[in-house]
Amino acid sequence: MNTVNITIDEKPIKAEKGSTIMEAALANGIKIPHLCYQKGLSIAGACRVCLVKIKGRPGMTASCTTEVAEGMEVTSTDEELNEMRRLIVELILSEHEHNCLVCENNGQCDLQDLAYELGIDKIRFPVNKSVEPIEDSSEVILRDPNRCILCGRCVRACAELTVQKVLDFAARGSKTYIIAGLDQPLVQTDCVSCGACVQACPTGALTEKLARFQGRSWEFRKVQTTCPYCGVGCQLKLNIKDDKIVKVYGVEDGPDNKGHLCVKGRFGFDYVHHEDRLISPLIKRNGKFEKASWDEALNLIVTKFKELKNKYGSDALAGLSSAKCTNEENYLFQKLIRACFGTNNVDHCARLCHASTVAGLARAFGSGAMTNSIREFEKADVILITGSNTTETHPVIGDYLKHLATYNGTELIVVDPRAIELIEYAKIWLRQKSGTDVAWINGLMNVIISEGLYDKEFVENRTENFDKFKKVVSKYTPEKVEEITGISKEKLVAAARMYGKADKGSIIFAMGITQHTTGTDNVLSLANLAMLCGNVGREGTGVNPLRGQNNVQGACDMGALPNVYPGYQSVSDEQAKEKFEKAWGAKLSPKVGLTVVEIMDAASKGKIKGLYIMGENPMLSDPNLNHVREGLRNLDFLVVQDIFLTQTAELADVVLPGVSFAEKDGTFTNTGRRIQLLHKAIPNIGDSRDDWKIITEISERMGYPMVYRSPAEVMDEIASLTPIYGGVHFDRLEGQGLQWPCPSREHPGTPYLHKDKFTRGKGLFTPVDYIPPAELPDEEYPFLLSTGRILYHFHTGSLSRRSKPLDSIAPEGFLEINPQDAEKLKVKDNDWLRVSSRRGKVEVKAKITDRVDKGVVFMTFHFAESAANLLTNDALDPVAKIPEYKVSAVKIEASDYIDS
Amino acid sequence: MKLRDKEKDVIALLSEAQRESKHNYITEEKLKLIAQEAGLSYSEVYGVATFYSLFSLKPRGEYIIRVCDSGPCHLMGSRSIFEVLEEELKIKVGETTPDGKFTLEETSCLGICDEAPAMMINEKVYGNLTPQEIKKILKRLREKKW
Ligand code: SF4
Ligand code: SF4
Ligand code: SF4
Ligand code: FES
Repeated sequence: MNTVNITIDEKPIKAEKGSTIMEAALANGIKIPHLCYQKGLSIAGACRVCLVKIKGRPGMTASCTTEVAEGMEVTSTDEELNEMRRLIVELILSEHEHNCLVCENNGQCDLQDLAYELGIDKIRFPVNKSVEPIEDSSEVILRDPNRCILCGRCVRACAELTVQKVLDFAARGSKTYIIAGLDQPLVQTDCVSCGACVQACPTGALTEKLARFQGRSWEFRKVQTTCPYCGVGCQLKLNIKDDKIVKVYGVEDGPDNKGHLCVKGRFGFDYVHHEDRLISPLIKRNGKFEKASWDEALNLIVTKFKELKNKYGSDALAGLSSAKCTNEENYLFQKLIRACFGTNNVDHCARLCHASTVAGLARAFGSGAMTNSIREFEKADVILITGSNTTETHPVIGDYLKHLATYNGTELIVVDPRAIELIEYAKIWLRQKSGTDVAWINGLMNVIISEGLYDKEFVENRTENFDKFKKVVSKYTPEKVEEITGISKEKLVAAARMYGKADKGSIIFAMGITQHTTGTDNVLSLANLAMLCGNVGREGTGVNPLRGQNNVQGACDMGALPNVYPGYQSVSDEQAKEKFEKAWGAKLSPKVGLTVVEIMDAASKGKIKGLYIMGENPMLSDPNLNHVREGLRNLDFLVVQDIFLTQTAELADVVLPGVSFAEKDGTFTNTGRRIQLLHKAIPNIGDSRDDWKIITEISERMGYPMVYRSPAEVMDEIASLTPIYGGVHFDRLEGQGLQWPCPSREHPGTPYLHKDKFTRGKGLFTPVDYIPPAELPDEEYPFLLSTGRILYHFHTGSLSRRSKPLDSIAPEGFLEINPQDAEKLKVKDNDWLRVSSRRGKVEVKAKITDRVDKGVVFMTFHFAESAANLLTNDALDPVAKIPEYKVSAVKIEASDYIDS
Repeated sequence: MKLRDKEKDVIALLSEAQRESKHNYITEEKLKLIAQEAGLSYSEVYGVATFYSLFSLKPRGEYIIRVCDSGPCHLMGSRSIFEVLEEELKIKVGETTPDGKFTLEETSCLGICDEAPAMMINEKVYGNLTPQEIKKILKRLREKKW
């Protein structure tokens, strides 16, 4: 670090060169008053309470705008400075009447603190008593202009963190005020309810609507933990009163979110206290659930599973683990299935989202995870984003990408069949026909090779199989690619040049790439592209799959997969098997187990008899739901462990109440391979039990005791058996967590993979040819249906639909349809439609938008009332066994369905 | 493009929009179009449009009368100019006559302090005003056809 020496109040300080006096002071624990300054935002220099004196300079200087210089001597406080500050604060206090008694932020207000610290006991100016109305149109935010001090922090937070630019100053002089949109109620603007402005506001001008009158800052217990929704793994601070979560802040030094959160993380926590929470075990008798004691429920489970195992063998049992549960729970779950049930039939919903990533990247590089860290995107020159609607599915990363494109000069290339929000920030948008990814990626590489833009040295030294690969790619000329994908050859060439010429190019992808019958091929193609340009093994480069669920990375790492033990050690590797047999003291099956979709299939054929599902809801998440229901119904015995009676739990014989993230200790591993802590914040609700304890109870009763005192002890065992987690222990995780691989206690963790050497040695080029999707539109089913998510909901909605703010912002599903198609079908916005495929039909409202192209329609899978997965195709990728959610053929008719 | 440059751009677009409108204001529709054209958000455009008193977001009269209320004009009696105008037009500062013909506003220095008191009607500046002079001007404008 380049430093300069300064003194503040005679204390010698080493300050970072280029930093401001304010930053240097705060970093050294010296508090200079400030109202408009906020770490992480640009500097406004508006409030002037941060004035300091600098020796040798006349007068007073704003410390937030002044850079440090060698030898600078700063006085942060003296009577003259304080008198000036008092004057300023009194002026602010005279602009509106600040009645702290009736302010929600009483006790956590920078203005209130400052007035007190400065010893202000009266206001020397006449106070403006006029009162402006409060604006309360938003579901989550209250705006009270009477408490606004025009510091502009909300304006900058919205423009710079969320990059939504909803807020700004209007008018000028004494009439200045803060507007939303065209001076509209917030709900009518582009506001995405992220609450960054609320967190930024130093006063009570912006507050959390639902937290109103629920508690004062001094009454809250504050607990840091990890967001339960998506794979970004934002760090949260829960504010708890009487064991109830009242509000949530983003943790400023959270390694990947840096204080920012999206609407789900900040406002979507109330499901934890929802009245639907399961509070005791349930046993189904004569088709009806009855409350049962834990002993009763556990004994029944154990008797049944033992019986089935004895009668039909170990492979008639199976388990679905959970990407929502912790690493420790996933580890124990797969251990139970493998060591106690005696089968490798364990899988989880990663199969449905990124199985092809794991398969593809493991093959090409040797490791199936994000190669680089989230916060490295700012080091990239060009970022290619494909099949990821990042601003809705990983909002905090999405906002960060918008920030980089807007303020950092990072060039974005977006390749997506839908006109997603990120295209507005992209230099180039390629709109491919759904399911033609291999073709356009090959096309890019064709251009890069023929124009000599590839990294010859990297290809030569670090990779293999280039020649065979090159031969296949040579067929994909821009002309041919245009024919297949619909992307014009000019645009393809421009994109190839942009990515090919970048010093650091990064690739981001998600389920638009993976959820195809050619998912593994798509991933392999992206790996080819990165290697071709030498974009692996350096900071700011790489191939970066964004994992969907909070702990889907961890569930995979923990071996909740039918073919690998924890740490991706293959079940068919004799040595690995021996190692785990020894550690677990049990005989293990050498046979690769069944995947999610195969388990459902086997169940409907009567081959799987008993199933244990923890925290998953295949009755909404899996493709071809009618088939899934058939499978689950056909089971002899189904156990579901969850916090709500999900669509899947309804079919169970026994339901066990687990706990939510807020009741848990443990770890989640985020999409950036970062292992982060959860801290138990509230007591278990009702008679629910920690999920890890439920697993060990079952295991013990089945005659295979697993004894641990805490999740930390489970992690110690994981570390001893899983080289990539070798140095991971709870005592090291406070604060920033650790990124795997972390092989030993001393190891600091790994921000990016494949430096100098790929995990598998050399990077492997795989020649891949384009194959069309399994089912394309035809005369009978003329539309191509694609599925995905929206900002306000998560997965099957079992959590987010039970959050009042989230479900009131987005209460129902919809079908996106292009205006031209809508006109042909004589459909208007909000008309009810019947959508049917070869597998099922649903009723859903129309949303007419040119986000989707002609001939294409889009639905989310969050809503049980209009379950998209009744329609989707369960055709599988042959390697990864991931279903083709992104392409199926449907027909659309008007419906006489009436709103209930 | 830097934000500052965008703002310059936006000012040009706002003036043009206002000039094109018969009622001397910028409609919401126009604001939205301008935001799109300049690559700014709605709130940014609204912020600029309300920062400059020259722009209006409410319909105004065909003739905008802006009376200078800076120091020199104040001394030379701009208050009585306001009084005459208010009486003649039967409106207050900031209002528009019911026939949509005149809007009365105040403004800061028009740059002809040696001819104070002064006012500006649309783009034309009038100096050395007296009550008689004002009545004459208004009469002329009233008789003018649309
Ligand atoms: S909630 Fe987020 S998007 Fe809405 S105004 Fe505040 S910062 Fe902007
Ligand atoms: S609303 Fe809050 S953050 Fe925004 S300008 Fe006013 S006081 Fe500052
Ligand atoms: S971006 Fe993801 S991890 Fe972050 S707050 Fe939102 S849902 Fe939670
Ligand atoms: S904190 Fe420095 S001017 Fe406001």
